[in-house]
Amino acid sequence: MSHSDKMWVKKDLPVRVQNLGFLLLGVGLAAGITGLFIDAHRFMMNYLIAFMLLVSIGAGSLFMVALEYIAGADWSVPVRRINEFYAASVLFIIILAIPVLMNMESVFHWAQPQAVSEDKILKWKAPYLDTTFFIVRILVAGGIWSLFYSLLSRNSKTQDLTKDQNLTRKNIILSAIFVPIFAITVSVVSIDWLMSVEPHWFSTIYGVYFFSGSVLASLAIVTYTTVWLKEHGYLHPRMTNDHLFSLGALLFAFINFWAYIAFSQYLLIWYANLPEENFWFIQRWEGGWMIMSILLIVIHFLVPYSVLLSQPAKMDPKRLKFASLWILFAHVFDLYWLVMPSYHSEHSTGFFTYILEFGFPIAAIGLLILLFYFKTKKNNLIPIGDPKLDKSLNFRL
Amino acid sequence: MERNNKLFAVSALFNTPNEIISAASKTAEKGYTKFDVHTPYPVHGMDTAMKLKPSNLGFVTLGFGLSGTGLALMLAYWTMNVDYPMNIGGKPLFAFPAYVPVIFEVTVLLATLATVIGMLTFFFKFPSNSHPVHDTNFMKAVSMDKFGVIIESEDPLFNEADAVSFLESLGGNSIEKIYYPVKEAYPVFDKKFIGLQISIALVVAGLTYVTLNKAVYIQPFSWMTDQFRSDVQASSTFFSDGRSMRLPVDGTVARGFMPYEYSELTTQPEKPLTNPFAPSKAFLELGKKKYETFCSPCHGNYGDGDSRLREQFPNPPSLHSEKVRTWKDGNIYHVIVNGQNVMPAYAVQLNDEERWAITSYIRVLQRAKNSTEEDVKLVRKEIISNVAQ
Repeated sequence: MSHSDKMWVKKDLPVRVQNLGFLLLGVGLAAGITGLFIDAHRFMMNYLIAFMLLVSIGAGSLFMVALEYIAGADWSVPVRRINEFYAASVLFIIILAIPVLMNMESVFHWAQPQAVSEDKILKWKAPYLDTTFFIVRILVAGGIWSLFYSLLSRNSKTQDLTKDQNLTRKNIILSAIFVPIFAITVSVVSIDWLMSVEPHWFSTIYGVYFFSGSVLASLAIVTYTTVWLKEHGYLHPRMTNDHLFSLGALLFAFINFWAYIAFSQYLLIWYANLPEENFWFIQRWEGGWMIMSILLIVIHFLVPYSVLLSQPAKMDPKRLKFASLWILFAHVFDLYWLVMPSYHSEHSTGFFTYILEFGFPIAAIGLLILLFYFKTKKNNLIPIGDPKLDKSLNFRL
Repeated sequence: MERNNKLFAVSALFNTPNEIISAASKTAEKGYTKFDVHTPYPVHGMDTAMKLKPSNLGFVTLGFGLSGTGLALMLAYWTMNVDYPMNIGGKPLFAFPAYVPVIFEVTVLLATLATVIGMLTFFFKFPSNSHPVHDTNFMKAVSMDKFGVIIESEDPLFNEADAVSFLESLGGNSIEKIYYPVKEAYPVFDKKFIGLQISIALVVAGLTYVTLNKAVYIQPFSWMTDQFRSDVQASSTFFSDGRSMRLPVDGTVARGFMPYEYSELTTQPEKPLTNPFAPSKAFLELGKKKYETFCSPCHGNYGDGDSRLREQFPNPPSLHSEKVRTWKDGNIYHVIVNGQNVMPAYAVQLNDEERWAITSYIRVLQRAKNSTEEDVKLVRKEIISNVAQ
């Protein structure tokens, strides 16, 4: 069964990964906090973007782990731990939410009692958009995600030692319970934390839109990490480019899925042209935002679509590295595009950006790198106890 | 199958997937390009072992997909902007978001069809549907439990003796020489085959038609055909008089209808109506137009009774008779509405204003026929002033 000459040996990641993580975190936080002193409101919105980046990568990765268990995916076993490590960021969601929860009134228009009392629509929405209820919802969502993350990763970790096949079955059942709960919680969180930034607006497809972006972002970061680790010899030596192809194909699929959902949302609002819906897109078409909206289509769809279209591109490490970093940037850009026009409309200023606004997202990436680094120190990069590992390593297209 | 002397390929059989992978890679390394491998199930890694290039089919798909994008965009643009511009909900004529679903569908359609048709024609060489290895012992073995390699005679390096010894050196057994068949066993364009296909198509279509439309006709939806309403002119069980249509209330008048009090009277009324219109130029021209349309076929262009229908129809009396000239306008009107002797009623064809206009025009004709010196002077004066102008 096992090829003793090609066994996986656990190696620690180089210290420069840790240094890079600390560097990005430090520089990002310094830039972001400096920004907070310049324009507190704007940089709280910026913090929200970085927070949602972490939520999307954490929740998206956790969803991918669950999906791979349910689907009985063979190819993904050697890279599943990478997903799992990034999913660990769901543990920090509640802590990271605290700065926003302390500045509710500056981030969320509906949290200002005066604004609500003057506004018929906000009054009607007040029972849902209520600060206490809002905190309860993020606690519940973060709690559920953390619980499922802990159970799934604990079972997987135990399996490394015991090689107990029943643990895989347990994880499949856990995943099957988790996925429908995830569908609800991710919708609630995206509606609460992104859509309610513009509390007068509503879109029923918003949860799916955020979900598509979040899975795309987590796939991108996992793909980049996989290619990097494979190139530097940290993954199983029997892994081939055929495994990368599956990641590339999933990336390509979710690029299309995101474009499909984004266009569906736009087409319906554009066609009906109702004033209570269309102002959201008009905000994103005026005062310099038009270029950003067109760029979003180019950056988030056309470029990665063209790069990943051909079959060789989906298994070429170089192009995959480029595409996954590009998509990660595109997701940050997407979140910026979702959040910031509301700030601009409130302050009636045209589009402009500070270089400091890159701070918080960079800090979030640094945090993810550190999280990954410390996870690999304590855990195996490959689920060596998984009964499907050998079959998975033989996976060929 | 009957075969001729022309050699197609030399074949060899192997027992395990590992043997066939190594045989395939060694054949490719030897420099053979026209060779093929047959296995009972897909063996992973065969493409790389055989050094196969990726298929070109993807480019066919891409090309036709992109042409679908372009064609659909042109179709949407031409129909919505050039041929039949229509304002839909105040959207711009070039409503790109609305075109996107159509463009997407046509792209997918053309790409898919081109892939299937391209695969059949370029790669499977349609209409050819057979291959020389069909119906050989080699094919029987590789479709059960053996793994086989063939080296084709068209290969530039091919030499019969070399190929046989090479395959033997690889460890292949049951080395077999495959010859071309004399003729294709089941040609696609065979008269009988095509005739059979057409007759099957006709029978199936006919049976389907008869079954669905005659034998067991089922309406797919009945929401619009079965309605709780009475049809026009049909009988009704709902109303006591059995009619589905209701009678109008007494004294109801249709829109635009002017009641004429002597419409039942066959003789001339004692108190005829008076002409309510003043004879303006436009009014007389309306009268001329209507007279020439409806009256002149019998009465003639000038009212003399010398119509185009002379001898085919009883000639009407002249409109310049003493009787008609002394009639009041209301008497002429009465004849137009009710008819007289052979002349039918024109109440349906002509409305109130047109009847009076014709009456006034007849007066013009009568005055022209019996003009006085003063009338002639007046007309001359008019003509001269027109010329001077």
